[in-house]
Amino acid sequence: MLLVLEQALNGLQFGVMLFLMAAGLTLVFGIMNMVNLAHGSLYMMGAYFAATFLTHTGNYPLAVLLALVATLLVGVVTEVVALRTLYERDHLDQVLATFGLILFFNELVAVFWGRAALYTSLPTWLGGHLQILGIRYPVYRAVVILVGVLVALLLWVVVTRTRLGMLIRAGATNRTMVAALGVNIRLLYTVVFGFGAALAGLAGLMAGPIYAVQPGMGEQILIQVFVVIVIGGIGSIRGALVGALVVGMVDTLGRAFLKPMLAAVLSPTAAQNAGPALASMLIYLLMAVVLAFRPQGLFPTVRSR
Amino acid sequence: MQKVTRSLGFALLAALLAVSPAAAQEKVKIGFITTLSGPQGVIGEDMKNSVELALDHLGRKVGGLDVEIIYGDDQVKPDVGKQLADEMLKKHRVHFVSGIIWSNVMLAVAPTVTGAGTFMIGTNAGPHDLAGKLCHEMFFTTSWQNDQTPEAMGKHMQDQGLTDVYLMAPNYAAGKDMLTGFKRYFKGRIVDEVYTKLGQTDYQAEISQLRAKNPKHVFVFYPGGMGIQFLKQYAEAGLRNQIPLYSVYTVDELSLPAVKEAALGQFETRYWSPDLKNAANAKFVGDYRKKHNGKTPSFYGAQSYDGILLIDSAIKAVKGNLSDKKGMIAAMRKADYPSTRGKYTYNVNHFPIQNYYLLKAVQGATGLEMQIQRTVFENHKDSYSQECGMKW
Repeated sequence: MLLVLEQALNGLQFGVMLFLMAAGLTLVFGIMNMVNLAHGSLYMMGAYFAATFLTHTGNYPLAVLLALVATLLVGVVTEVVALRTLYERDHLDQVLATFGLILFFNELVAVFWGRAALYTSLPTWLGGHLQILGIRYPVYRAVVILVGVLVALLLWVVVTRTRLGMLIRAGATNRTMVAALGVNIRLLYTVVFGFGAALAGLAGLMAGPIYAVQPGMGEQILIQVFVVIVIGGIGSIRGALVGALVVGMVDTLGRAFLKPMLAAVLSPTAAQNAGPALASMLIYLLMAVVLAFRPQGLFPTVRSR
Repeated sequence: MQKVTRSLGFALLAALLAVSPAAAQEKVKIGFITTLSGPQGVIGEDMKNSVELALDHLGRKVGGLDVEIIYGDDQVKPDVGKQLADEMLKKHRVHFVSGIIWSNVMLAVAPTVTGAGTFMIGTNAGPHDLAGKLCHEMFFTTSWQNDQTPEAMGKHMQDQGLTDVYLMAPNYAAGKDMLTGFKRYFKGRIVDEVYTKLGQTDYQAEISQLRAKNPKHVFVFYPGGMGIQFLKQYAEAGLRNQIPLYSVYTVDELSLPAVKEAALGQFETRYWSPDLKNAANAKFVGDYRKKHNGKTPSFYGAQSYDGILLIDSAIKAVKGNLSDKKGMIAAMRKADYPSTRGKYTYNVNHFPIQNYYLLKAVQGATGLEMQIQRTVFENHKDSYSQECGMKW
């Protein structure tokens, strides 16, 4: 039972990471109608910036702050230089162009930092273990969960309680009308994109000490983030949150318990073969089921043009 | 009559040209497939560096002929690997295809290459099919059959009388071979056997499961980036000092700079080590460090370096006559070249019969490094050669 709880925490932690990525991506998709495959690259940049600033300053909170600002800047520059021209194009052009950006960023990182993985060690105050309900859980992963929940709350406040949030929601529903009302939609786009980039950067810099910081690390998580968005409903922050938590839980619990469960019904060898294969397909199966019954996702945004 | 003489003359000329290919300045073409992009690109970089170093040592000639190397990036995808091989065979008309890190890529590429009558010189992956039923006279490898290295670790842990071992590996061809090999020599209790997704980045869920099962020892196979993540997370979970970890192809010269202390004291088995004492290895490791800012090459590099030297020895034996494939097969079977692992011989299936050592990650002169502790197997043969029908 304790093990199930521990795995649920692991699932929550993975879900929170996915949410940070999905929130930015879904905003960009919902408001700008833009498919941004390079979102994973911003995640990678966040991880690299944090690792570099940490080695130079030796101060973890400062490195985090600098990395966030740097990723935000990279996001804004990317938006202004490369993506602005793509808003009016169809999705296929956007996919092609942003796929190009992925290649660009991966090579850029390899040029500056090399292909070998970077190792970021944690400050000692984040390195220990907590006792939660009799479970020994790493402090750092608990912090990741906490930060994720705080960011989710913050996003909720911004989107529902502020003027910027109102514009974001209005832009997601009908951007022509928002522009007609005299809102500088270009600036809004840049702000939203920079915001999404910073969120991706946050996910990346938190991922750095857990995973290896290496070129191409963004693509590994990007596919799962797209699954989250499809399940949650494109453009919806609430959908991104629910989708991320569902995907995080299903993936983690599937990896942990599918094989023992199968072994109870099938022969051990069959479970040994089917378990890992099925566990890695689980989130895609889930996506297929959601698509079959609710093609617009769990929390679709109402969009009028 | 004059016409007949003339056509006879042409025929004679053509025949002369056909039998003396060496007279025409022929160039040997080698296609080298590895992974150059993405997280696993670091392995490909090491292999490429080592191939280039071998060419430096050979004076930019292979078997006395001018050489052209065509590198291909398989992106860890079997279909991409096969496309590259097709392109190398048809467009570039290579004489040898070499390289290949991943067993699933190798299984797609090797039959394509040998089926076209071209040599396949593997320099890493050794799936069991190619050592047994699918063995081929045009296929040689300078590395190992997958099962052999974990067999050595299984033997070592058996010798130590260890028991209650928990096994983990990625879910693909080599992962299965590795655990099969381990179990062939380890006869103690196995707590559980867990396969994870190939390329997985987070092992927290699996580590929680592992802790709950409370094994006494853990044996894993996590090559490349997967190993870096696994070792970090294993240390982060506080298991490093609780449950001793044994591994194959997980801690190497490429991952050590990244994992550092998380690998200290780690045991691995291997057929090669940078500190292996022989002249060829000293030259390889020394010159590699000189050329690449003190970076130590890995076994991936050593095998790739050996691959080029093996090709060199074959072409020299037939005096540059690249159409004499029988002659080159006979020459390669002798393994008559200065290998970085020292002298070894080939089994009937063209897989090396070689020594396997126990290595440990220790604090050395150049930082953390792998050092040989003892010899586990001498002249160890793989377990599939009797399934191979080749006779020589």
